[in-house]
Amino acid sequence: MIERKNLEDMKAKHRTLKEYSFAKKPLHRGYNNRTLYVNVGTLEIKEKPVSEEMKEKFIGGKGFGLRLLWDGVTERTRWNDPENEINIAVGPVGGNTNYPGSGKSLVVSLSPLTDIPIDSNVGGHFGPYLKFSGFDALELQGKADRDVIVYIDGNAGNVKVFEAPDEETNSHLLAHQLHEMFAENDNERQHISVVSAGKGAENTLLGCLNFSLWDKRRNGPRLKQAGRGGIGTVFRDKRIKAVVVKFSGLNSLLNDPADLKVIQERGLKLHKEIVSLDSQQCRMRTCGTAHLVEIMNDYDLLPVMNFQYGQHPEAEKLNSHVWEKFFSQNVPDGCWYGCTMACAHAVDGFLLKTGPYKGKRVVVDGPEYETVGGCGSNPAIFNPEAVLEINFYCDTYGIDTISFGTLTAFVMECFERGILNKERTGGLEMTWGNWEATLEMMHQMARGEGFGKIAGLGIKKMEEYFTRHFGADEGFLKDIGVQGKGLEQSEYMSKESLAQQGGYYLTNKGPQHDEAWLIFMDMVNNMIPTFEKKAEALHYFPMFRTWFGLQGLCKLPWNDIEPADNAKHPEPNKVPEHVQNYLDIYEAVTGKKLDKEGMILQSERVYNFQRIFNLRMGHGKRNDDYPPYRAMGPVTKEEYESRQERYDGQLKEKLGVDPTGKSVEEKIKILREYRLKQYDGLIDAVYLRRGWSPEGVPTVEHLRKLGMDLPELVETVKKHLK
Amino acid sequence: MKYLKSDSEKCIGCGTCMNVCSRLYFKEENPERSAIRVFTQEGSRKIVVCNQKCRLCVQECPVQALTVAKTGVVVLNKNLCVGCLACVAVCPIGAMQYFPGEKSPFKCVACGACAKECPADALEIVAQEE
Repeated sequence: MIERKNLEDMKAKHRTLKEYSFAKKPLHRGYNNRTLYVNVGTLEIKEKPVSEEMKEKFIGGKGFGLRLLWDGVTERTRWNDPENEINIAVGPVGGNTNYPGSGKSLVVSLSPLTDIPIDSNVGGHFGPYLKFSGFDALELQGKADRDVIVYIDGNAGNVKVFEAPDEETNSHLLAHQLHEMFAENDNERQHISVVSAGKGAENTLLGCLNFSLWDKRRNGPRLKQAGRGGIGTVFRDKRIKAVVVKFSGLNSLLNDPADLKVIQERGLKLHKEIVSLDSQQCRMRTCGTAHLVEIMNDYDLLPVMNFQYGQHPEAEKLNSHVWEKFFSQNVPDGCWYGCTMACAHAVDGFLLKTGPYKGKRVVVDGPEYETVGGCGSNPAIFNPEAVLEINFYCDTYGIDTISFGTLTAFVMECFERGILNKERTGGLEMTWGNWEATLEMMHQMARGEGFGKIAGLGIKKMEEYFTRHFGADEGFLKDIGVQGKGLEQSEYMSKESLAQQGGYYLTNKGPQHDEAWLIFMDMVNNMIPTFEKKAEALHYFPMFRTWFGLQGLCKLPWNDIEPADNAKHPEPNKVPEHVQNYLDIYEAVTGKKLDKEGMILQSERVYNFQRIFNLRMGHGKRNDDYPPYRAMGPVTKEEYESRQERYDGQLKEKLGVDPTGKSVEEKIKILREYRLKQYDGLIDAVYLRRGWSPEGVPTVEHLRKLGMDLPELVETVKKHLK
Repeated sequence: MKYLKSDSEKCIGCGTCMNVCSRLYFKEENPERSAIRVFTQEGSRKIVVCNQKCRLCVQECPVQALTVAKTGVVVLNKNLCVGCLACVAVCPIGAMQYFPGEKSPFKCVACGACAKECPADALEIVAQEE
């Protein structure tokens, strides 16, 4: 509980820096047709109209975010310049309360890890409340000289920027304070959402944003994370402590849908599928994405010890049945209303053992599969309570669990191989599985001290640091640092799947599984054996998945539940009935017809725009699209030996090389050359399919075909096509 | 706990209950706006109406718009409801109703109006210890 008096004392310190009123207008067919611009440095606040062209070419969500970001920055802007922006948008379909997974906010910014645009999607109530307050996007620019809070009152039609010196910075406390502070009665606490970061976001480049929702049953806030790419770091660099929105009066008609009946009917159909089939399919309602842990381990795809191995005998300590017991059951854990998939589980009353909140009982949001893989199996921490503690502190400090997990595994491997030692880590014994040292490293990150400060720079900068200061072998570090474009890879083993290597590294923002998750299709079901088939999959799935981010939708209800007769349909891996649902609800909201080709076209427009944005920032060409070798094959002797049969077999069958009598080192070398060649072949095929030059630059002709031959884009690609 | 007890053996399928219910709550006689539904399935009469017992809808509601009143009846607070229809999906007997295109679902609140007018005495309000 939070003392009223404390809140009153905090409020007394608020000093309004700027206030702005806006006219309340109803939405029209999923759009407000305006966005909100707030500059926390100059204190300029204004509305920007949304043109028909913007809707046609950028649709919404991350399309809007990227368009606004392009216009706000130049090719010279770096992440910590005042011009950098944090843009939050939902999308036309988002915010409906009927179709499961309809409450995603898309956040974009120039990333401190990659120096190119990052996009991250997140649940929680902020995005939809912002939309129903009157704006298709929020554009945050500038840099304050003191900690500020931006408050949007969607019912009063008012935006306020005020100085907020006394509120907490760490999210679990700050979100609670602000929900209580701005609610005028108990019910209103559910009408508020807070975006915040934390001390870890301040002192590392790994900052995430927490988007809150008020959980009535737990009588407290829950936090969902826009994890990837360090947007929380940008947020704190701008001295924004929180952005708060309040909106009362949510209902299923607010989008002004063209046909609510269709949305209700499709939503109800999916609700019923979930309710009746989930327990036999993915068990999202009981254990969320953590159901994947044992599947990944069984298929040798769970990252273990910095992606060296795909399995571990102790992995069962982290399997879904363990999490099912930790998670409170039979609670409607959706991250937006109307999501019966309800995968956003929580552990209640968890007792913390370390750090500033040691001895306190807290709610832990998650862990999801990625957090278990990243903060559990990858650093070999086969201890669920330790994973929960890491999960909790990552969230409240505003640190991305994926980057944290992957970089911790990297640090541990460096320690185990003697590149690091206790002297270099300031006493932290970063051996496999040492969760206490891992947590201490995280607390150091939050304090901006010691080795934590170095680790908080991310893997790419650590590689440079270890080479420069510790004389480490640069080539080896580049091989084992599992990052691409500066972003730490998420938690699947891509080593034996060429398609998944492409799925990770032929992406716009860096190796994140949200674009293409092809491991099963490639490895288990062998559905895409040729380069052309792989290239087709690496065109279709990234484009299809991009579409969710334009609409404000979650991908999970697309294929983490399948209709009972899905397998009988052609192309069951696309879940055709659900694709049709999406086309139907798009039309039912916007009143505009859309077919499957039109859906891919919408995505291709934004996808190519983002690719060209990367080019504009000096990146995004073929050279940037290669994985570290650890993600492609065995770097070390131990890795080779762990899968010797497979690798020797490949040498024999695919290369016609007899492994007998060859040293492991020789075999590694031969295999490496082969795999790199394969990857090059894949790049060629994928670029061709995507309409890009062999250097990875979208061609003018392709842009014309997509209707994206905007002058600024043509000018940018022309510079690189020469 | 009170609930509407129904006896399909006695039911003559006249539809009076549905008319009474929809007239009382929606000002029109329309079986699709009735919280009690009577139909014939494979030659036998079926009555679908909330038994107030399982409360899965209460558990599922993300905004706690569905609660159990002191009388034991599950009631919907339309001011809190966001219209997600998750309650309709989880109801194991199909007793949570919605009218397509309208914001909120509806259900039987055991008011007894239908029971009073049932010509076959197939409906009655019963009080039962919890």
